[in-house]
Amino acid sequence: MAATATTTDTVQPKMWMGGIEPMKASYGKLMMWFFLISDTFTFSALLVSYGLVRFSYPAYAGEVADFTFSDLYWPIPEKVYEAVPFLHGVELPLVFVGIMTFILIFSSVTMVLAVEAGHRMDRAGVEKYMLWTILGGFTFLGCQAWEWAHFIHGTDTGTVVRELVNGAWVEKTIFGANLVENQYGPPAFADFFFFITGFHGTHVFSGVILNILIFYRSATGFYDRRGHYEMVEKVGLYWHFVDLVWVFVFTFFYLV
Amino acid sequence: MSAVETGIHADVQHEEHVHHDPLNFWRKYVFSEDHKIIAKQYLITGIFWAMIGIAMSVVFRLQLGFPQADISWLRPVLGQWIDEAGKLDPNFYLALVTMHGTIMVFFVLTAGLSGTFSNFLIPLQIGARDMASGFLNMLSYWFFFTASVIMFASLFLQTGPAAGGWVVYPPLSALPQAHEGSGMGMTLWLISMALFIVSQLLGGINYITTVINLRTRGMTFSRLPLTIWAFLITAILGLISFPVLLSAALLLIFDRHFGTSFYLSEIYIGGEALPNVGGSPILFQHLFWFLGHPEVYIVLLPALGITSEIIATNSRKPIFGYRAMIASMLGIAFLAFIVWAHHMFVTGMNPFLGSVFMFLTLIIAVPSAVKAFNYITTLWKGNIIFTPAMLFSIGLVSFFVTGGLTGIILGNSALDIQLHDTYFVVAHFHIVMGAASAFGLFAGVYHWFPKMFGRMMNYRMGQIHFWLTFIGIYLVFFPMHYIGIAGFPRRYYQFTSFDFGKSFTDLNMFITIAAVLSFLAQFIFVWNFFYSIFKGKKATQNPWNSNTLEWTAPINPGHGNWEGDIPAVYRWSYDYSKPGSAQDFIPQNIPYSQTPESNLPHENEQIAMEAEIEAQNFNDQFKNAH
Repeated sequence: MAATATTTDTVQPKMWMGGIEPMKASYGKLMMWFFLISDTFTFSALLVSYGLVRFSYPAYAGEVADFTFSDLYWPIPEKVYEAVPFLHGVELPLVFVGIMTFILIFSSVTMVLAVEAGHRMDRAGVEKYMLWTILGGFTFLGCQAWEWAHFIHGTDTGTVVRELVNGAWVEKTIFGANLVENQYGPPAFADFFFFITGFHGTHVFSGVILNILIFYRSATGFYDRRGHYEMVEKVGLYWHFVDLVWVFVFTFFYLV
Repeated sequence: MSAVETGIHADVQHEEHVHHDPLNFWRKYVFSEDHKIIAKQYLITGIFWAMIGIAMSVVFRLQLGFPQADISWLRPVLGQWIDEAGKLDPNFYLALVTMHGTIMVFFVLTAGLSGTFSNFLIPLQIGARDMASGFLNMLSYWFFFTASVIMFASLFLQTGPAAGGWVVYPPLSALPQAHEGSGMGMTLWLISMALFIVSQLLGGINYITTVINLRTRGMTFSRLPLTIWAFLITAILGLISFPVLLSAALLLIFDRHFGTSFYLSEIYIGGEALPNVGGSPILFQHLFWFLGHPEVYIVLLPALGITSEIIATNSRKPIFGYRAMIASMLGIAFLAFIVWAHHMFVTGMNPFLGSVFMFLTLIIAVPSAVKAFNYITTLWKGNIIFTPAMLFSIGLVSFFVTGGLTGIILGNSALDIQLHDTYFVVAHFHIVMGAASAFGLFAGVYHWFPKMFGRMMNYRMGQIHFWLTFIGIYLVFFPMHYIGIAGFPRRYYQFTSFDFGKSFTDLNMFITIAAVLSFLAQFIFVWNFFYSIFKGKKATQNPWNSNTLEWTAPINPGHGNWEGDIPAVYRWSYDYSKPGSAQDFIPQNIPYSQTPESNLPHENEQIAMEAEIEAQNFNDQFKNAH
């Protein structure tokens, strides 16, 4: 009889019967997930737009060795992104962006470790790994700033383009890219590069701000007083999402 | 610093839950976190916008019905937009149709309808103290308020508000030199809409989370009232489609202000070539309609949910096909995302693609018909009580059927190419989406007014309001179908310069007169609404003998909605006229053990679970810091 009573007491609450949060997911965590779903669609819309415009342009058809920049076809990304700081003039296709990507993904690893430390209520661990994550985020943003600067300044020689201005052909040399002109290919290439990597960079930046907030609150013992480190987990979800988006941006802008 | 602040905040909140400290005026009525106050804020803002939006339509209807009339008497309101000859400025005509569309679709029927009733009914009907996050809920309203202020300000610009149609297609909307309204008016439109989207996302995230996490014990998903199902599905639609509009709007902002060419290519203005190459205006249409089509269901589904509840209550019968209703709403929601290109049949898309979108579009007729038949079968042999809310709900079903039929016509790409952008389209969507959703809004206000304000609205005035509006709307939009088939395109300032446009002037006049009368009928509602807030007859706790949980709360529910424990739920919300029961309704919180005379065999089996339901009380926001 006593045994029966014990089993009734320890019986699992019915998850979907109401009166309980299903799967013990707190409202904040659910909200973060739903926000991420909506943000997925924001990025998807941008990437689909990019794809649509990109495929309205012809791809480069000749030998890769003979490739030159022209606004008549979409450039080969490896030929655009081949610069590395302090190695001026050396062609290192996708090396720098590869390093950036590695740093960002590594910061996701440290974020996982911070969340795990939070589960153990290990304040020092959370602080340590949050600092690494913040550092990774700032390094990524710094790399992106350098890459943008290089993209904006352009190559040493520039590209000569011919434009039809009110009926007359005009030749001019363009260095680098901005939202209106682009030495590497069609202006749309630069437009989408700036917009999508910029939009992603803004997300990373807000992620870093949130990470700093989390670090500060852990360091002041706020989560210890609250009794759990769930906030680290919620911000962690956002941070992983931002990394995941970068994987797609990296694939569509740099690899294919 | 922030950590300290938040720490204090959390403590204060905790104490609030325990002691119910009285809040000051600003926190109670203005920057309120209480879902009931926020719902009323949405409702009153929505009514404000509806009056402006409908008044605008009357002004351009005057132009269409009486193009030669002298309307200088409107100069005190419209000022410079009436020229010396007493004619409406053609540019302002375009601004009026644009703002009418924007205001009615987004500010009235999205924020005003969904914002009001999702906020008001979700916590009350699922048995929650409040929304999951009252703070985000408050933020959602104030984002909407800011969007409203900016949109309202744009009406007073020297160059007028946005004028490129509510769909704001580029290049018209992207190039400030294209039209007066494409300058500052368009800028403010985009800022306002961006804020509006943020408001919708904050609201939607909150609605979904609340429905999942804060249902009271016993309130399984299969016992949720259909209103809640409708609000949940609406919120999911908004969550997925609004961000795409945000992306589209951001790209458009860049095209307008930073020289990019996302939507622009090979454009000549006054013989001068613009430098933009490579973009695609069709791209914008794809992005826009990926939101735009789900948007019509964002507008309509809450109205359908409200109707389900009101028709069942006032027929004194269970809703016919409860699960079929849910399944058809899910079906409509899914199909909503894969039919957007039926708005774009004339953009030069591949005819094969057109036929795919046509096929998918026509499938929507199936779940829609299921819903329509379920309403009719619920009414069938019911003990119908014609309250104003019930009249408006039945009117909604009528519009849903009438407008749905023309939808089947327009969904055919071959027919749509003939009818595209004519008044046939205008008539179709005004009936099926505009009038139907507006009737859902009216029905909801009449039905839940006693719960909102503790008083009743005047019954007779409600019925008069219904008949005038119902007849008025059919008189406005039925003739419009003929005008559309005759080939009259929408958004034209006047038709008298075309030969074909010289006919049908009498019909246009007729429509305008009907529109003015319907507009005037709305003042009956406005007066009834505001008068009854202060002077209406005092309401009883459950004036409609309804089953849902909100009627178990006090007449004027305070903070937390219920005093003491939140009621548990043991049955679905449609036990009306159950055989064997003395009463013709059994509220959701009455356990089966108390109604042995009316229980069905499988319901008797559920009596065993009642103790378990009763005990599972883990998400009361007052007891657990959730």
